[in-house]
Parts: sequence; C-alpha cells; structure tokens
Amino acid sequence: MRGVAGRRARTAVTAVAGVLLAVAVWELYKWVGADDGTSVLGVRVLPRADDAAMPHVLDVLRRFGEPELAGGAELDQGQVVGLVVLRACLFTLRAVAVGFGVGALVGLLLAVAMQRFRVVERGLLPYVVLSQTVPLIALAPAIAGWGGRLSLGSYPWQPWMSVATIAAYLAFFPVAVGMLRGLQSPPPVAEELMHSYAAGWWHTLVKLRLPASTPYLFPALRLAGAAAVVGAVVGEISTGTRGGIGRLVIEYSREATADPAKVYTAMLGAALLGLVVAGAVGIAELASNRRRAT
Amino acid sequence: MRRMIGGALAGVLALAACGTADEPDTAGGDTGGTTAVKLQLQWFVQAQFAGYIAAVDKGFYREQGLDVQILEGGVDIVPQTVLAQGQADFAVAWVPKALASREQGAGITEIAQVFQRSGTYQVSFADSGIKAPADLKGKKVGNWGFGNEFELFAAMTKAGLDPGRDVTLVQQQFDMQALLRRDIDAAQAMSYNEYAQLLEAKDPKTGALYQPSDFTVLNWNDIGTAMLQDAVWANSEKLRDSAFQDTAVKFLTGSLKGWAYCRDNAAECRDLVVKRGSKLGASHQLWQMNEVNKLVWPSPGGVGVLDETAWKQTVDLALTTKNQDGQTVITKQPEAAAYTNEYVQKALDALKAEGVDVNGTSFQPTTVELKEGGA
Repeated sequence: MRGVAGRRARTAVTAVAGVLLAVAVWELYKWVGADDGTSVLGVRVLPRADDAAMPHVLDVLRRFGEPELAGGAELDQGQVVGLVVLRACLFTLRAVAVGFGVGALVGLLLAVAMQRFRVVERGLLPYVVLSQTVPLIALAPAIAGWGGRLSLGSYPWQPWMSVATIAAYLAFFPVAVGMLRGLQSPPPVAEELMHSYAAGWWHTLVKLRLPASTPYLFPALRLAGAAAVVGAVVGEISTGTRGGIGRLVIEYSREATADPAKVYTAMLGAALLGLVVAGAVGIAELASNRRRAT
Repeated sequence: MRRMIGGALAGVLALAACGTADEPDTAGGDTGGTTAVKLQLQWFVQAQFAGYIAAVDKGFYREQGLDVQILEGGVDIVPQTVLAQGQADFAVAWVPKALASREQGAGITEIAQVFQRSGTYQVSFADSGIKAPADLKGKKVGNWGFGNEFELFAAMTKAGLDPGRDVTLVQQQFDMQALLRRDIDAAQAMSYNEYAQLLEAKDPKTGALYQPSDFTVLNWNDIGTAMLQDAVWANSEKLRDSAFQDTAVKFLTGSLKGWAYCRDNAAECRDLVVKRGSKLGASHQLWQMNEVNKLVWPSPGGVGVLDETAWKQTVDLALTTKNQDGQTVITKQPEAAAYTNEYVQKALDALKAEGVDVNGTSFQPTTVELKEGGA
C-alpha cells in the first residue's frame, strides 16, 4: 500500500515540477532572449521575447481574473475571462466527448471488420488512410453544410454536432489502425489453441483478440483523444460555431495587437481540454489494468 | 469580414452537387404567421453587421412578418456558397468575391448594396514615406489574400508597378503586430477594425497610444481602385418565386430600417452587438459602428441602392486586375441577373412612407476616442 501511495505522490510532484519548469523556461527565455528574436541570415531562428509575443506568465494568470470585455464591464455584467474560458472548455468538451466516443466506436468496428475479412482490410484500409489526407478546411464547411439539412428524429441538428462529427472523423483513424494491429497480434499458436477448443470467431474475438489488443488500444485512444480535441478546436474555428474554446482562440487572437495575454488564456484553456481527455484515457487504462491484475 | 478559401470553393460546390436532394425549403417555413428567414454573415458578429442585428433586436423584421435567424460566419464559411446551397435565404458578401463564386456556378443575385464605399486601407508608418501606391515599390507589402487583395493590386498596377516583381508580398495575420514591429512596411487594414487596433496599441517609445499622425493611409476610395464590399445576396432560383420576392422586399425593408436606426443610435447598436456575444472592446466596437456608418451613409441614391458606376468600376477591376499568380477575379462580364435594384426600391418606398430618412444627407460621423486595448 505504501508503495502505491508513494508512487502517486511522486507522480503528483513530477507533474507540478513539470509545470514549474515550463514556466521557468518561458520566463528565463523572456529574460535572456532578445526582444526582437535572433535572426541568422535574415531568418528568425529564435522567437521574439517581448511582451507582445511572450507575455509574462503572471500577466496571463492575472488576465484570467479580469473582465472579458475590455471597458465593457457594464455591458456583459463583468464576466471574468477565466469563467468564460472554463465555460467554453465545457462546451467544447461535449463535442470532444461525443466525437471521441463515436470515433473510437467506428474505429473499433472497422478494425474488427478488417480483421475478420481480409478482403475488407485490403479494400478499406487505403481509404481509411486516405480519409486523413482530406484537408479540414475543405471538409469542415461541407460537414456544416450537410448538417444544416439533417435532423435526428425530431431533434434538429445543432452546430456543435458538426464539430463533433469533425472530431470523430479525426479520432476514428488511430483506433482503426491501432486496433487492427492489436486484433492481429495473437500468435498463431494461440489461435490454433482456440481452434482446438472449437471456439468460433466470436469467442476467439472476445476471449483472445480483444484482451490481446489492449496494449495497442490505449496508445491508440490517447492519439484519438488528442485528435478529437484538435478536430473540435479546428472545427469550431472553421465553421464559426459559437460557444467553444476554438472560437475563443480565434476571437481573442484578433485582439493580439493590444491584449496579447488574452490570447494565451484561450490557448491554456485548449491545453487544459487536451489534458482532461488524456487524463480520462489514463484513468480508463489504469482501471483496465487493475481489473486484469485481479 | 473577409477571408474566403477560393480553392476550397470549387470542391465544396462539387460536394454540394452530390449532397442530399430533399432539402427543406427554409424560406417557405411559416411559423405562426411569420416567415422564417436565415441570414448568413461573412464573419463573426461585430458592428459591421449592426444593421441586421438591430433589425432583429428592435423588432423591425417582426414588423414585416419575418422571423430572421442570423448565422455567423467562420474562417472557412463562404457565405455565397452557403446561399447557393440553399442553407440560407440571404447572405452578406463582398461583391468581387461573390462575382467569382457566381462565375464558378453559384446561382446568386445581389439585391442590395449596403456599403456604398470600400473600408479597406493600406496603412504604413508615416516615416516610411509611402504616400501613394507608387511608393510601395521595393517595400514589403502585407495583404490577406483570398480575394481581399485586388484593390491593392489594382492600385499598384495603376501606378505602373508589377505587383509580382516590384514589391515583396507578405501574407498577413489577423492582427497588426507585423506592421507595428516593422516586419512589413505596409499592412492591409479595415477602417473599422484593424486600423483601430493600431490606434489602441501603445507606442513603446513614448508609452502613449499611437496617433493617426504616426501612420499614412492609402484609401482606395480616393485612389480610385475601390471595389464594392458588403452587399445582400439572394439565391437566384428562389428569387423567381413571387412569394420569395415579397420576402426579399420585407427583408430589405427591415434591414435598411436597422441601418437607419444604427446611424441615429450608434451607441445603442454597439450595445446590441456586444449582447450578441462579440468579444471586442467597448470603444473598439463604437469606433467600428461609427466607421461602418461612414461606409453606409450618406447614401445619395437611397440606402442599399447599387450605384451603377461603382458596380462598373468593381467589375472592370475584377476583370483586369491580376494578382501575383496572374489571375483575375473574374474572366467574363457577369450577365444581367447578377444584380437588381428592384426589391431595394420597393423597400425604400415602404420606408419613405413610414417617414424613415433613407438618404442620411445630414449624417455626421462622431469622433470616437479609442482606449488602450479597445477598452
């Protein structure tokens, strides 16, 4: 028991130290780096370190506590940036969660189908790979356009569903490819053993292939989680969906000329979202490992 | 505001062509005596669209029996494509870009020219000595591309410069940092947005805000290469239906009443825009409202009426100006169905009967003091 507690404490300390180190590196570079960056032969190799490009960490943190609208406290009841960012993160989290869930499920089903039928693998895998080369800027407006004509029963299509669709589109890929590899991972000996038990395809899948694929599943889910966050953020920017963190990033970046700290608040929000998703996958992996251990 | 992905357009249109055929007819959707109408903006909610927002919030559309839903733009949302696909009933789009989409097959018709003037500037520091387009020679010239650069290119061509060789063209970001840090010598800026951002920033040398005297502005309206900007477009096919024609007149009546209202109540319209969720600062939004009013008013021919001379200038420049890739906006004259003043005239008659001033002859812009960060 003490070992587990100790390991957890060490993990927490490492995590905090990592954040502090990042802050220290940021401030150190601001301190030693040239305000105008460093250029070699006219090409800037080191970024600018002035306050407009790299605001002090403290300024960014302070910005979280200030009203969102510069000079507009009486217009929007003085909402602080931190609250707005948090609410935007929660909004985007819904699209990320739905996109991640749907994407993972689709990826899983595709992997099972491809493992079951060689002809499906040969026919489908190139298209699965090809699907990820379609640029998002072409895809996002098209998805938003189709979405405008759909409804789920009596429930009309919401703009965030287009964003979730884009997230799912990016998230299914690593799961499909990773799980296919995982399902194919049991050695022939194991398959032959299942065969000798007269186990059918379904039993082989549930008893052998799925358990064997967990080492492939979780890395794939981590990638899918990151892809879902990127997809949701980019999808929001691309389709102009109001309410989420991606939209805040682009809205705040328009004020970068005079209020650079504000842009970083939204970016930190997006990073937080990524951490939450990665954390969720991590917890799921932990739970899965524990169940196997018992 | 701007930014359209021209290359993506053809692909999107092609995709749309093989999309679902049984699309619901949004304009026909009667909901309890009012007609549901969707308006697609070119960009996020900001004072650039204050007239439409005011028309919703002050009930001017409701007076006309319309229930108008405003759809915000995004980075990759091309309003005229949304319109051509039937996802919206009306769209706000710049004329040259919409003409380019028309040439690629988008069935859209301009029904009102809300902005009478161009709001695009090319701004440089006063000490760079760029007082005329010819002075851009050998300079680093920022522009947004994606069809927003043609006024600049026309001015350079007119001044005898080859935009592809005589200047260094730089793709500009959303903010004005590049100019302030002198990475570029001249930057594209909208009078109602990016130019204000410059005046909201602190000059590190003096510690005070930059002043208009720190900059020189090339204004395409004065140079003669201005192209028409914010206009209301409708789906050409729907426009053949007489019921939709009535809707168009009603929509314009409400919209133009909104613009007249924002002319007379700039501060209140700013507040309406902020309530819609714009994130820009308070003084910045008021500046934007005031500058946008300058683009709309005065309207000698009546607000929303397309001036044929300005249209011709826009079309001529769109036909003749080449960008750095040697491409023009359009390759042939748009046919007659590209625009009509028919509906806007009817809307103006209705407004005049109501006693609304549709010319704004006595309009006087106010002086808005910008504060740091647009506060």
